[in-house]
This record gives sequence, structure tokens and C-alpha cells, in this order.
Amino acid sequence: MTAFVVKRLGFALVTLWAVLTLVFFIVRVLPGDPAQVILGDQATAGAIEAMRARLGLDRPLAVQYAEFLFGVLRGEWGVSLVTGRPVLVEVMSVLPWTIELTVAALVIGALIGIPLGVWAATNRNRLIDYVTRLASLLGLSFPAFVSGILLLIFFGIQLRWFPVISAQSGSLSAWFLSLALPALNLGLIMAAYITRVTRSAMLEVLQEDYVRTARAKGVPWRAVVWRHALRNALIPVITVVGLYLGVLIGNSVLTEIVFNRPGLGKLIVGALNQRDYTMLQGMMVIYTLVVIVVNLLTDLAYGAADPRVKLK
Amino acid sequence: MTQTSPPSPAPAPAPSPLAVALAATIRAFNTNKTSWIGLGVFLAVVVLAIMAPWIAPHDPLEQDVFSRLQGPSAEYPLGTDYFGRCILSRLLHGARYSLLIGVASTLAAMLIGSAIGILAGWYGGRFDVIVMQTMDVLLAFPALILGLIIVAMLGPTLVNIVIAIALTSIPAFARIARAPTISVKEREFVEACRALGYSDARIMFLHILPNIFAEILVMSSLWLASAIRTEASLAFIGLGLRPPIPTWGGMIREGFENILDSYWLALAPGVAILIVVFALNLLGDGLRDAVDPKLKGET
Repeated sequence: MTAFVVKRLGFALVTLWAVLTLVFFIVRVLPGDPAQVILGDQATAGAIEAMRARLGLDRPLAVQYAEFLFGVLRGEWGVSLVTGRPVLVEVMSVLPWTIELTVAALVIGALIGIPLGVWAATNRNRLIDYVTRLASLLGLSFPAFVSGILLLIFFGIQLRWFPVISAQSGSLSAWFLSLALPALNLGLIMAAYITRVTRSAMLEVLQEDYVRTARAKGVPWRAVVWRHALRNALIPVITVVGLYLGVLIGNSVLTEIVFNRPGLGKLIVGALNQRDYTMLQGMMVIYTLVVIVVNLLTDLAYGAADPRVKLK
Repeated sequence: MTQTSPPSPAPAPAPSPLAVALAATIRAFNTNKTSWIGLGVFLAVVVLAIMAPWIAPHDPLEQDVFSRLQGPSAEYPLGTDYFGRCILSRLLHGARYSLLIGVASTLAAMLIGSAIGILAGWYGGRFDVIVMQTMDVLLAFPALILGLIIVAMLGPTLVNIVIAIALTSIPAFARIARAPTISVKEREFVEACRALGYSDARIMFLHILPNIFAEILVMSSLWLASAIRTEASLAFIGLGLRPPIPTWGGMIREGFENILDSYWLALAPGVAILIVVFALNLLGDGLRDAVDPKLKGET
């Protein structure tokens, strides 16, 4: 197990280095001089030179690369070109909003998705199974901004249950009202994924010998399903939820835009629109970190839950 | 309506690569009937998109300032937008861009990704490890963020959007192509090919590819759905084709800006995207169940 952890950890570090290198070169190699883009077409050559110096783009590539890598390690991610505040400060100030939304969505997704998936699997090829499969397929067909707008139109504009422009602070009820619709939007899509994965994992587990053994020795069906089978089926569910992280992040960006909620998504779109290159670079680093950490946790959870997983 | 009677599988002559792939695909279709519904709806949308210039009631760019923001009427079946443009006409023309970008990026990702996957699976070893780990990292990175950054830096032209979306789905195709390559590689007929002295390239292209083609094709419908969704998302964020070109995501963006006064503007294009993506998912999901042997074996 220790060797397994060390190996995964080492791999995570190598991946981090590879992606950081990629981020560094994407920002520099793609066509378009950042200084030119920031200043616009009318900028004089002198102004562009000055901006290049300010961005550190006039120094040798190797020096820039080394400074970038060490900067990331030291937590010095540069200063936003638009606000003048450190990138890390900007990111940290909105991170709680995104984490809150994501966790709420995962909870909603698991609370709806896991029971529904188990129910569908134990009623395979009956009406309830077909309905669940179709509904979950429809759920994951929704672009997150379309479902978000539908929720907004229905609950915000028609029923007036929720504020259309969200993100007020203060009282607990205001907090709940501003979180509810975005979390529901993200959570329902997540539930669609979790339902499908749970269903197929359960179908596989229910065919296993130990399930037959448990039934044969007289364990009630309900206990077989919820205790024996589900516990084993959850392992692939965790893995797949880890794999859907990219989808979840993309959907949270769209959700934040629709519900006008602060968060990483709004930050990155703002940085893109304003050509804030240092901010973009920092955002890519933070997303990379999130992806790698979640992948590592998923791997480790998998290894911990299933003793058969040894280092390969 | 969209019910089509499944064509009987043609009697396969000597196993030509194409016939093998075709037969496998048709078998997959017949196992799951919802695939036919998905295919029917999708083809209907394709036909509507192709016919758009002839069946659209108006020019999608024509502005009628005297009939801005109107509800549905005989002249404007889905109403008009902020500039008095016919929403139905914009929807029909927008379908062409959505489908074009979706199909082009999926085809590109399918070709490049499958090639990478087959090569990695065939050669194995360290090459395989390095290539696939790279793909896994790319796969884990949020596709929408990657697409956003690429389009923002290269500029929102048709070609750049296709490149951005293709890049985000190459790793998926590499994965899909690699797994069956590894299992097919061990089969006797491949050994026979080697014994006959065939080149690696010939075995991979003529003997392995046809055997894994069905699986790649199945996944491509799911990834086409995802590509269309990503294109719409980019346009919604403001990184789609530039206005006044009608795109579904762009129309939703315009409708969303006026959501308090006239929320129906966003509804029609939203439903259009949902229908296409759902149809493709139905198609791909049904086929996948049929192709994936793990989920067979009824109990």
C-alpha cells in the first residue's frame, strides 16, 4: 500500500510538472503577443516594449520558465493585469463560492442518483428501469446553461420563489435562496451521471458469486442489495465521479454565469474577456491542481477500498 | 414517424473490412430500438439544416424594426428577436453551424485520437504508458476551460472553434481505440498476419481497424453530442462565431440578456440543442449497450 501511495504521488508530481510546462508554453507560443493584445492595435512600439518588460516577456525563455515554476511552488502566481491584486488572492477570494456550489451539487447528485440507480438496477428491464434510464439520459443531455435558464425562468421569473439575480449575503435564508437554484442545476445533472453509473455498477455486482452466496444463506434481499452489493458498487461510482470532474467544472462555470454567482468560472471568463494573461495562467494552474489532487484522491480511495489494487 | 424498419443484414461475402464493420453496426442497432429513434430525429435535424436556405421563411439576418420582440404569428412562427429577426429562420440556419462544427471536430478527433490509441495499444510498453498518461491528463482537464482558452487566444473563427473542440475529445478516442486494439492484437488472425510477414501498418489499418471500427463509431455519436454542447456553451459565453451569424448558443446568449422582459427568446434555441443532443445520446447509448459485452447476459 505504501509503495502504491508513493507511486501515485510521484506520478501526480510528474503530471503537475508536465501540465505547468504546457500552460507556460500555451500562453507564450500561441499566436498573438500578449503585450500587443493587452494594449490593442493602436499601441506604439515603445508602449509594447514597456508592457513586454512589465510582463517579463523580454527575458530569455529559460529564465521565464524557471521563474514561473519556482513562482508557482512559492505561491507567487503573479499579479492580475486588470485589478493589480495578486492572482492567488483573487483566486482564493472566490474559491469558497465554487467549493460550496460543487459540494452542494455533489450531495444533491448522490442523494438522488445512488438510490435511483439501485432502484433501476434491481428492477432491470421493467418500466421503472426504462423511465430512469431515459430520464437520466435526458438529464445529461442538458447543456448546463440551458437547464439553468429553464430553472431561472420557471422558479425565478414565473413562480418568483427565488431571486433572479443571486449572490446576496447576510441572512441564512438569503444564503440558502442564492445557493438553492445553482446547486439544484448542477446537482440534477450530476444526479443523472451518478444514476447511470450506479445502475450499471449494481448490475455487475448483483451477478457476482458472493451476492448469490449471501442470498443462499438467507440474508434478506434488501440487506443484500443495500449492504453487500451497494458497498462494492460504490467503488466504481467514486472512480467515475472523479472522471466527471472535468464535466462538473465546465458545468459550474456555466452555472455561475447563468446565476450571476461569484466563483472560479466567472473569474476565468472575466480574465478571458479582459485578456488578463497572468490571471489566466494562474487559473490554469489552480484547475490543474484541482484535477490532479482529485485524481490522486480517487486513486487512493480506490486502492483503500479494494485491497486487490496493488501497484502495477 | 421516425420508425424505420431495420434493414436485414446483407449476407457478408468474404470478410471485407467494411462489411465486417457494417454488419457489427447493424447488429448493434437492432439490439436496441431506441437507437433508431435517436438516429431518425438526428437525421431529420440534418435534413432541416441542409434545407434551411429553402425552407426558412425569412432571411436569418433580415431585420424588421417594426416587429421586434414579437410572439409567434403566422409570419414569424416562433416570433422575432430584439432586432426583429425571424427566430425560426435563425434556428434553421443556426443548425447548419452547430452540425458543421460538431461533425468536423468529431471527425478530426476520431481520426487523430483513434490513430494515437491504435498505435499505443499496438506498440505497448513505455511508448504506450507515456502516450496514454498524457491523454489521461488531457482528459481530466476540463474540456470547456481548455476550449475557452484556445478559442480566446486563437480567435473565434470556424476553424479555430473546430480545432479547440477536437483537441478536447482526442484523448477520449485514443482511450476508446486502445483497449480493443490490445485485445484484438492477441487474436490468432493477427498472429497469422504476422506470420505472413505483413507490415505493422498494414495489420493495424486493414485488420485491426475494421475490428474496432464499430466501437469507435458508437462512441463518436456520443462525442458528437458533446461537441455540439461544447460549441453552444462557447457561444453562450461569447466565444462562438461572431454575430450576426446565427448560432444556437449565441441566440440563447442574446435571449438571456433580455431574460427579464422576453424570456422566450432563449427557449427555442435551448430546446433545439436539447433535442439534438438527446437524440445523439439515445443513438450512442443504445449502440453502446449492444457493443459492450459486459452489460449483456440478461438475468
